[in-house]
Amino acid sequence: MKRRAARIGIVTLGAAVLGVIAAACGGGATSTPSSTPTGSTATTGGTDRASLMAKHRGGTLNLLAKSAGGTLDPQVNYTLQYWNLYQATYDSLVAFKKSGGQDAFTVVPDLAEAIPTPTNGGKTWTFTLRKGIKFSDGRDLTVADVVASFQRIFKVKSPTAGGFYAGIVGADKCLTTPATCTLDGGISADTTAGTVTINLKAPDAEFLYKISVPHASILPANAPSSDAGSVPIPGTGAYMFTTYDPNKELVLARNPSFKEWSVDAQPDGYPDTIHYGFGLTDEAEVTAIENGQADWTLDQPPADRLNEIGTKFANQTHLNPLTAMWYAPLNMNLPPFNNLKARQAINFAVDRNAAIQIFGGPNLATASCQVLPAGFPGHADYCPYSANPGTTWSAPDLAKAKQLVQESGTAGQSVAVVVADDEVAKGMGTYLQSVLTSIGYKASVKAISGNIQFTYIQNTKNKVQISVSQWYQDYPAASDFLNVLLGCASFTPGSDSSINISGFCDKGIQARMDAALALGVTDQNAANAEWAKIDAAVTDLAPQVTLFNPKHVDFVSKNVGNFTFSVQFYWLVDQSWVR
Amino acid sequence: MLAVLFVIVAACLAAPLYASRIAHTDPFSSNIRGTTLVDGKQVPVMQSQTGGLGLGVTPIGPTWDPGHYLLGADEQGRDVAARLLYGGRNSLLIGVSSAAICCFLATLIGLVAGFFGGLLDGVLSRLLDIVWAFPVYLLAISLSVVLISQGIDLGFMTITAGSPWLPVFIIGLVFVPYVARPIRGQVQSLREKEFVEAAIGLGASNVRLIFSEVLPNVVTSVIVFLPLMVAVNMLTESALSFLSIGVQPPDASWGTIILDGQQLIYTRPWVAIAPGVAIALTVLALNVFGDGVRDALDPRAKLR
Repeated sequence: MKRRAARIGIVTLGAAVLGVIAAACGGGATSTPSSTPTGSTATTGGTDRASLMAKHRGGTLNLLAKSAGGTLDPQVNYTLQYWNLYQATYDSLVAFKKSGGQDAFTVVPDLAEAIPTPTNGGKTWTFTLRKGIKFSDGRDLTVADVVASFQRIFKVKSPTAGGFYAGIVGADKCLTTPATCTLDGGISADTTAGTVTINLKAPDAEFLYKISVPHASILPANAPSSDAGSVPIPGTGAYMFTTYDPNKELVLARNPSFKEWSVDAQPDGYPDTIHYGFGLTDEAEVTAIENGQADWTLDQPPADRLNEIGTKFANQTHLNPLTAMWYAPLNMNLPPFNNLKARQAINFAVDRNAAIQIFGGPNLATASCQVLPAGFPGHADYCPYSANPGTTWSAPDLAKAKQLVQESGTAGQSVAVVVADDEVAKGMGTYLQSVLTSIGYKASVKAISGNIQFTYIQNTKNKVQISVSQWYQDYPAASDFLNVLLGCASFTPGSDSSINISGFCDKGIQARMDAALALGVTDQNAANAEWAKIDAAVTDLAPQVTLFNPKHVDFVSKNVGNFTFSVQFYWLVDQSWVR
Repeated sequence: MLAVLFVIVAACLAAPLYASRIAHTDPFSSNIRGTTLVDGKQVPVMQSQTGGLGLGVTPIGPTWDPGHYLLGADEQGRDVAARLLYGGRNSLLIGVSSAAICCFLATLIGLVAGFFGGLLDGVLSRLLDIVWAFPVYLLAISLSVVLISQGIDLGFMTITAGSPWLPVFIIGLVFVPYVARPIRGQVQSLREKEFVEAAIGLGASNVRLIFSEVLPNVVTSVIVFLPLMVAVNMLTESALSFLSIGVQPPDASWGTIILDGQQLIYTRPWVAIAPGVAIALTVLALNVFGDGVRDALDPRAKLR
């Protein structure tokens, strides 16, 4: 139900805790690399912002990507490529703060006047809608739009409908018969008071996070009840989509009806127009940015250009750690990885630093053995699969790995590594094939199109033994990794949407995860401590080989100023200026 | 050029000897964290950049020392020179095998269609026309995309997914019409010759006519086709492997090495240049060789 990156750069939401951003710089030509964390001034209110806006407002920001990101419907699309743009085009009742650094994990009121205190034992949330907000087509935002938007999540079969929003009363019926979804008893509006009330089946500590992501965008009540595809739906953000040709371009212009109501939730943007061009190769994209013909690329710079941009264009390159992981899911229901010792063997054998080298070098990632990324809620350093087992990974232990393979009785079995056909993933696959061969398996690599690899490896019918994938947080909660990727409910045999790729389902651990989720409602710190123990327990059972936690490279043109990186939504596109 | 061809073939055949005795490397194992000796010092095969933001990793470049990464390393830290020789073995094997399959099938079809004529000729010729109707590279790519992950199971013959025999089979098949059509025409012409009619008059059976009278007269054409088809098939194999639908990793061919080199074209161009040069030289040598064979076997040909 969650999405992941098809390749680096199309990643999803957040980023790790550490990094923050290059703050505003004096001129467009002096954007500061973000490898040194600094605070952002982009969204701070007051005179500074007003004067910056007066000085830098206008111009066209030119973005590039090898290909378009699919449907433009904010309740259907599940790619960072467009979630990134939805920050400037759509709003929810609440939103992650448009800010650099850790502040971006803070939920702030957006279309709602304030964040309410839940009643009815944490199950009822009543939001009061702000007045005077209009959609980009000039229509007023009303509570009816809010109710219709929540119903629409189910009508359009949003990828997270059954995950994020299944806790709303009436969701079960909506999931069964989406076309007639009313969320009866789950959502109601008081037109006079301008309030919307949402009833949950049970208290949910992550509810505000779940309604802060684009799938909970508030759209006009008359929005189509099926995926809008390439037709833009009016929104309330500072910008609106005006042109979308998935083979060519996506254009955003200022929303003529927009008046800034919260600089934290939906700040006005600097550029007049944001143009997204599709179709260049990643090499050509880098060259275009170097030449000032474009301002940014979604795609990770190719490996042999990294040194060039890191030296000659260091002041245009921003490096930020992500709360994400590259990992190799091990199918626990197929030989040889239905054997614990075989799974532990590959975990001991993989040289995380070698994987990091393939990814782009030691400054682009941090080695890891566990599920939760560093700095994430519930994370506590743990690495049993190292030459020196303990808290952090130090080196592979090939002798131990070979011994475990022999003990498992799986030596000599055939193993195919399924990877996407992009350069980095293929490199990882080739490396894993080499490692598996070295510890006693007959290994091969199967590279398939990146467009289908992610769904292919999820479907048990394809009998994938080991693959390479990535996971990027949706919101800052341990469950977003552990329960989503390794929970029993996420394993659906025979389905392309079975994000528990390993097929891991341990009843005892599932019970502990359910308990931790419940505990989070009353005591998040205690819950996080429990998540740390669960992380260690899962790591011991080795349903995957965690490779590393990546960093994100943003290469921008010399025209771009005020580069602001949100740990939740990455680069805040409209908060940069080009003049 | 024959000498060049001989040297390339001999060098490729000696690949295991070079890898194990001279370069002391396994061309199919990743060596990302390994080191090698350069000017008496141990240096990492994959060198992390330290300047600026410290981004990127660059494989070691050509050392021009046959014992230590003569042509440098690829993105997995593997010895490019050793892989070039092993890759050449695959490229040559696929080129020769597919040319043999192609020429065998084409000769068979050309003989049957040209000799018997009538309905059989009509059916076989239309089948060839159907194959010919598709652009040859497009057909090869389409078949490879479908079969590379599934393999082929024809009952009497099974080729597993990812096997190097898949490109052999596919390339051998798609070029059949290009050889079969001229052979069919030649057989039709021979069928009307006096010596064939004389043999018929003497009561020779069709099998005897085909194998004793007609086949010996088309064999020279097939022999002329063979080296040319090897060259064409090697180019096709390189194209398929470059597109990741030919030889599968960790195996290598010159096409896959060019693909490996594509991502290093700015920093380590030799990874792509070396197999490119090898392909160009081999194909050129095969074409010259093919011309020589034709001149030797058909002195009346005036194609030059």
